[in-house]
Parts: sequence; C-alpha cells; structure tokens
Amino acid sequence: MSTTKSVDGRSAETSALITVGRGARRARRPRRSSTRFVLAPLVFIAVAVVLFALFFLWPGALGLWYSFTDYSGVGTPEFIGAENYIDLAQDPVFYTVLGRTLLYTLLSVPLHYVAALGIAMLLTSTFAKGKSVARIIFFLPWLISPIVAGVIWKWLFGENFGLVNYLIEMLGGNGLQWETNPNLALVLILIVSTWGGTAFNMLLFIAAIRNIPQSYLEAAQLDGANGWQRFYRIVLPLLRPTSFMVILLTTIGAMKEFAMVQALNGGGPGTSNMFIVQYIYRTGFERADVGYASAASMVLMVILIIIAIIQLRFDKRNDLA
Amino acid sequence: MTTLRPGTRARTASTGAGAGTRTRTSRPLRALPSSLVLWLLALGFLIPVAWFLLSSFKPGSELFSLPLTLFPENWTVSGYTTAWNRFNFAQYFLNTSIVAVVTTVLTVLVSAMTGYALAKYQAWWLKVFFICILATTMLPTEVIMPSSFAVVRDLGLYNTLAGIIVPSIITATGIFMFRQYFKTIPDELLEAARIDGVSEFGAFWRIMLPLAKPIAVVLAIFSFQWRWNDYIWPLIVLRDPDRYTLQVALRSIVGADNVDWSVLLSASVISLVPMLILFAIFQRQILNADVNSGLKD
Repeated sequence: MSTTKSVDGRSAETSALITVGRGARRARRPRRSSTRFVLAPLVFIAVAVVLFALFFLWPGALGLWYSFTDYSGVGTPEFIGAENYIDLAQDPVFYTVLGRTLLYTLLSVPLHYVAALGIAMLLTSTFAKGKSVARIIFFLPWLISPIVAGVIWKWLFGENFGLVNYLIEMLGGNGLQWETNPNLALVLILIVSTWGGTAFNMLLFIAAIRNIPQSYLEAAQLDGANGWQRFYRIVLPLLRPTSFMVILLTTIGAMKEFAMVQALNGGGPGTSNMFIVQYIYRTGFERADVGYASAASMVLMVILIIIAIIQLRFDKRNDLA
Repeated sequence: MTTLRPGTRARTASTGAGAGTRTRTSRPLRALPSSLVLWLLALGFLIPVAWFLLSSFKPGSELFSLPLTLFPENWTVSGYTTAWNRFNFAQYFLNTSIVAVVTTVLTVLVSAMTGYALAKYQAWWLKVFFICILATTMLPTEVIMPSSFAVVRDLGLYNTLAGIIVPSIITATGIFMFRQYFKTIPDELLEAARIDGVSEFGAFWRIMLPLAKPIAVVLAIFSFQWRWNDYIWPLIVLRDPDRYTLQVALRSIVGADNVDWSVLLSASVISLVPMLILFAIFQRQILNADVNSGLKD
C-alpha cells in the first residue's frame, strides 16, 4: 500500500508515540491518522460499501418509488401518487394482518425473554445437575430450520392425528382445535417460535451471566440477600445491555416472522393468522401487485424504525437513572 | 450498580445464580428444585424432536394407528428410501452446500476487512458507514422484498444461486463482531508492523486476520446455519426446481395437497443431518460463543 512509505518516514516519531502511551496518543491521533490513511480503509470497506449500496440503498429507494406507482413486476411503473397508501388505509385485511403481527410480537417477546433468561439462569446455577446435557438439548432447536420446525410441531399438534390431542383425549378431555381455531393456532405459533428462538438468546444470556463478577454475588450473600434479591438487584441490572439487545432483536424478528408460520399452518386457518411479511409476499409475488406490496413494506419499515427508536430511547433513559 | 438494602440478613439463601453456599442444607437437597425445573424444561424441548425422529422410523401404517406408541413397533427406513428416491436430494444438498459454503467464506472475509477498517482507522466517512451498517439491521430483506427482488432481477441474478449468495454476504452481525474484536487488539501491534515496513494490507492479512481466528470460526458457523436454513429469499429468487435449496424443496413437499407424512418426516430428518454434523464437530465453539458483541441476522 502506498501509505507504508509515509509510515517509514515517520518511524522515529511513531515509536516515540508508542512509548508516550495511550492518553497522549489518543489526543493527537484523530488529526494525524485521518490524513495518513485514506486508501487502505477505503479498500478494506470497498466490497461492503458496494454491497450495501446494491442490496440496501437501491432496494430501499426503489421500494419507496414503487410504493407510489402501480408497478406489477413487468412493464413500466406509472406514478399514481399516494393511492396505494390510501387503499392500504382502507384495506380491512391489512389491518387484520397488522393487528395479528403486533399481537404476536407483544406476546412472543416477553415469552422469548423469560424463557431464554430462565433457562440461562438454570444452566449457570451451581445447583442444577446435568447441565451440559441439558444445554445441548436446549440448543437443539437452533439446528432445526423454521420449515422443519413447522413440520415437527404440525405433526405433534395435528387435530386428528397429533400426539398432543391424543394425550388430551386419553386423559378424558376433548382434543383442542389447533388447526381450525385461529387463537389456538396463534398459541401454537407462539410455542413453536419460543422453542425455536430460545437457543440463540440463551447463549447471549449465558455469556453475559458468566461475565458477572462472582464477588458481587458473594458480597450480597454475606449481606444476607436471598436468591431472588441477588437476581433482581444484581444480576438483572448487570444484564441490561444483553436484555436490551435480546428484546430489540426478538421484536424485529417477531415482526418479520414468515418461514415457520408458512410451514406450520400457512397463516391459517384461512388468512386469520397471516402476518405482515406473508401479506407482502402474497400481494407482491402471487398477486403481482408490487406497488401495493411496496407500500405495505414501507409501513412495516416505518414501524420497525419507530420500535427501534423507542427502545433506544428507553435504553438511554435507563442508563441515566 | 444497584446497592443492596440491608435488613434481610435473617433470611437464608434459597436458590441462586452460582454464588457460594453458606447454608447448612446439604447440596443434593438444594440441587433438587433447580435440577427438577431444568430437566422438566429440557424434556419439554426434547419431546417434539424425539417424537418426530421416532415417528420417522415408523412404517406408514403405524403412523396413525391407535393407540399411539412412542417407539415404532417395526423399525423401518422405508420412509427414508422413498423420500430419497422421490426427491432429488443430491441436487438440493449440492445447491444448498454451494450457497452456504460460498456465502460463509465471503461473509467472513468481507466482515473481517470491514470490521478491521472500522476498528483501526479513523475518518468521518468510516463512522457514517458504520451507522449505515447498523441501519441494515432495521432493514432486513423481508421488509423490502419486492424491490430487492427487482434489483436482483435487474442485475441478471434471478434464478441463479449467485442471486442468493451475493445479497447475503454483508451482515451487520459479522462486521460488528469483527469490529469489536479488532478494537481489543492493541494498536501498538499495528504500529510495530508499520515500522517494520509491512503494508497495510499485509498487516491485516498476516497479523490481524490470524489473530481473529476464533471470531472467524464463530461467524462461519452462524453464517452457515443462517444460509442452510434460509427460506424466504431462495423461495423468491429461484424458479427452477433443479436449483431449489433444501428448505424451498422441503416446503414444496409440506405444501402438497395430500401430505405423505411418512415421506415428509423422513425428508425433514435428512435435511437436518448436515447441521447435526456441523454441531457435533463445533459444539464447543458454538456453545461457548460470546456472540454478545454481535447481532442476530
């Protein structure tokens, strides 16, 4: 790289800087390095910049443009103003889809959080036995694709043939309508997504729990804090950055749930459990109404951005407190 | 840090997160409640998989015959042979492997280079780009599917494996993981290399990248899993059944009007085998991965 020559020219100064130490170097660094290395970092990030422009900026801008057109996937898109958005605002299906997605998100995030944190606590507790085997079992769902997860649970919760209804009937109850009752179908989606999503979040929590200094907990115990107090007053506050990330990622993940639902019940029964990504897929690719689908995409994007901003704000306020 | 309130001294600790024992209760007794909860939960996680696995070894006639039994009465692999013969699994495996391996290699390389630049150089445009990368977590492919599809089509990548590979290379997670890691490597090392006349690229390739091997392994495993299990993007990009990846092919079996459960269960198990092997090999790295510095894709 062309920058090496200048480094050699300044080697005496550079080595002097190294001996000066961090504080001094940090103070002088920004001015110097910003002019010294331009080509090297540019080359390093070049591929990422091109990919970012091609597959994020361009589709983003294009999607915004499409949402104001009647584009059907072929031909030339024609500008129709805000018509798509007006139609969306009057589309009862869109409201159902949006409401279902939000309800699902609202229910699944706490469930994911509690499951992942609880299991992580158990897996790091000194008392529980058989932790290494249990950890592998909890991690198993991570290996299983959402499509296969859908197959597994469909097999287990089949209305007429599933093991679960069979067991319920054996115990004297009536089999539940996992396939024909929309609310039970949603409960099933919640169960499956929690089962599938725990592994990753659990890993995050385990790593974070291990980073909590033992001395804090021991000191608290000497002061007479019980298990719950130690958890609530020490562990939980220290896990806040991880908690924040888990909640943010789970929220975004829930908002764009697709594959597992597709395999489990296809958004059914009927369209009662259709989520927003599925709606976008159907209108855009099956009904070839790209303009309309793009408008729905933009609404989803705005919702995600709002969620992220709210959570970021919330996180900041917590840090100040 | 929150300080503890005094005045609860009288109470003895019940269960807790890894603190030393101070109470007189014997260990096995104390281990009981948490072990019990742990194992009940683990069982809950395991049963669906076990039931699915065992069912796949049942002959078709036994799948629905009451009373249901956990273990097959007659073990058979007929579901597997039918599934393997009826569907072009070899082709699906090949397609998916190409996608997963190529994307993973490129993801690790691009993430390492980008993360390195973001960690070790200072410039306003690097900061701007970093914010752009973080923003991509808000704008996943699912959110802008129709226009992403249009871009891929206009680039001539429709119905090609490259159409799946190229857009998936850049991930905020990977870049973030490498950036955080390279930030922990002292700058002095880089300065010393520069003094020795090593080029910027040489320093990255011969010194920094080998140091980041643990991160590279973790990201590689995660990237492979993402791509192996990917569904929606391959579904949109691929038209030709010969180019289908496993998940898309599987879904076409699930979606069939008359589900042949015996074949579907076996086909699903077959699709899991590579991930199971991967897990068996890299179990330690996966379970100990400190992915805290990264984000999920």
